[in-house]
Amino acid sequence: MKGLHKFLDEKIAPPFKEGGKLRKFWPMYDALETFAFVPGHTTHKGSHVRDGIDLKRTMFLVIVALIPCLLFGIYNIGFQYDAILTEAGRIDWLGESRHATWLEMFIYGAPMVLPMVIVSYAVGLGIEILFGIINGHSINEGFLVSGMLIPLVMPVDCPLWMVAVGTAFAVVIAKEVFGGTGMNILNVALTARAFMFFAYPTKMSGNNVWFHTGYSDSLTAAASPNVIDTYTGATPLGLLVDTADGATLVEVITNKGGGFDFSLWNSFMGFIPGSIGSTSVLMCLIGAAILIATGIGSWRIMAWAIVGGALMGGFFNYLGSLEAFADNLYLDIPWYHQLCLGGFAFGVVFMATDPVSAAQTTRGKMWYGLLIGILAILIRTANPAYPEGIMLAILFMNVMAPTIDHYVIEGNIKKRMKRAKLAIA
Amino acid sequence: MLDYLSIFVKAAFSENMIFAYFLGMCSYLAVSKTVKTAVGLGFAVIFVLGITVPINYLMENYLLKEGALVWLNPEWGMDGANTLDLSFLSFIMFIAVIASMVQLVEMIVEKFAPALYGALGIFLPLIAVNCSILGGALFMQDRQYPTIGEASVFGLGSGVGWLLAIVAIAAIREKIRYSNIPPALRGLGITFILTGLMGIAFMSFMGFEL
Repeated sequence: MKGLHKFLDEKIAPPFKEGGKLRKFWPMYDALETFAFVPGHTTHKGSHVRDGIDLKRTMFLVIVALIPCLLFGIYNIGFQYDAILTEAGRIDWLGESRHATWLEMFIYGAPMVLPMVIVSYAVGLGIEILFGIINGHSINEGFLVSGMLIPLVMPVDCPLWMVAVGTAFAVVIAKEVFGGTGMNILNVALTARAFMFFAYPTKMSGNNVWFHTGYSDSLTAAASPNVIDTYTGATPLGLLVDTADGATLVEVITNKGGGFDFSLWNSFMGFIPGSIGSTSVLMCLIGAAILIATGIGSWRIMAWAIVGGALMGGFFNYLGSLEAFADNLYLDIPWYHQLCLGGFAFGVVFMATDPVSAAQTTRGKMWYGLLIGILAILIRTANPAYPEGIMLAILFMNVMAPTIDHYVIEGNIKKRMKRAKLAIA
Repeated sequence: MLDYLSIFVKAAFSENMIFAYFLGMCSYLAVSKTVKTAVGLGFAVIFVLGITVPINYLMENYLLKEGALVWLNPEWGMDGANTLDLSFLSFIMFIAVIASMVQLVEMIVEKFAPALYGALGIFLPLIAVNCSILGGALFMQDRQYPTIGEASVFGLGSGVGWLLAIVAIAAIREKIRYSNIPPALRGLGITFILTGLMGIAFMSFMGFEL
């Protein structure tokens, strides 16, 4: 290792250093070097804290926490494909009359997800390097997490160019114009998701995007005869539109909805259609445990968001039991089931706790989390067009977080002034 | 009751004056440097909107609308012989009402909050030509709210939405004051970008059905 470092320092680095030919590309070299080795430079001025954990390690730990979700998301694509094959009455995985094993499901899903991850990283890091070179600052690792989050919140059938456009928009408009990592107001991954949601609504919501219906080309030759052309199926939260035939939503969810089992157990485990990485509450809980144990994610925000969601869900259950609201089927979903559906868990664990765009003060975090929970359930229930309320709820609270912080700090100042005056008097 | 709530939420969030219609931008951009002045101006806008919209509602329904003068003379009503339509006067009437109300607000603020009066400066009298105020009156005319109650709730809701918008952006601008923003974008440029991004966040309330 030492030899390699020496080789880098003596042979590769000089043209990038001051006065060298490739000076312009120093940020690029710097990013690659510090990715592999502990950087040698220290803080020169101002107060600073000595700690083993720096931005790079923090980001890396979040990636580790995301891996369960990623793996399960890949597996779930194969699982859903097998399920729609079964639904179509064709139990013929790879031409044999049987269901797929879990490994086959996983292998089936990988070619869908990995290109998205690669595209998102390539586009995002490319833009970061470009900005670093032009502005002459070193490249931060902020995009490591965003680049992983973006593919995880996309529907399975999202075209790669769309991932690229969304990523580029989010990195430039939501982050780089504010001065790069740590300066953004909105969560970068959520901005990408929201931008695509409003720009390409047919590809980001509705009934056609949540399943992969077989590879049509010779990429995996064995699967090609298995393409099912026009399969439509909604996420559980999109189901309302389709259940005009008298069944209540609760019946649909707890029994078989569109051939799928949206029971509490399945939605907790994640065997339901949805955005790639966000279906499984269990995997999100594992991620949450990692984030909380390492002190990276704020448990306050997570806990209060769940409280908020539960309160709002309970309130809606009460409303649903009234005569006046009998026609809104969403109201009847039990609150604990609400928390397991859609991207609620994923958003609360990985998006709401983003330390940059969340509220910074302790009391602010309480309000921030609570309002995210309340708004997420409110939007998803009161507005059938936006089933993924958690995304918009977090974005909205990102906007409001500085206001919350401002008033928490004001309140603190007032309280202390009062105390000081009392002490004097 | 639910109607009122629905109108309020719509006016404050999904049809927010700033983020949905981009009305009242000049004072929104100019007075949003600190939260304190932003809150002051926000409340002034709530007050003016909350008062002028119902007054203009009365104007509209008892003076300006076609056949509105029926209470003076049955001949001038919709079915009368000489139907009177004064709606060509609505702009000037609305502006007159708004200008006098703003004058009132200005006197109140000067009397009771001189510091705020100084901080708001020229933008306080300029509320008179704030597009969101006239916009409120014209939306009220356009949407033809059936009762004065609904019109006032709409006015108040629009004001609250405007307050939320200006306070949120002021807090964000305080936060990004030390950010390393590209020089070309500092000041108004980044504020416009921010407003667009906040507009995306406020779109979450679009199509709300209570």
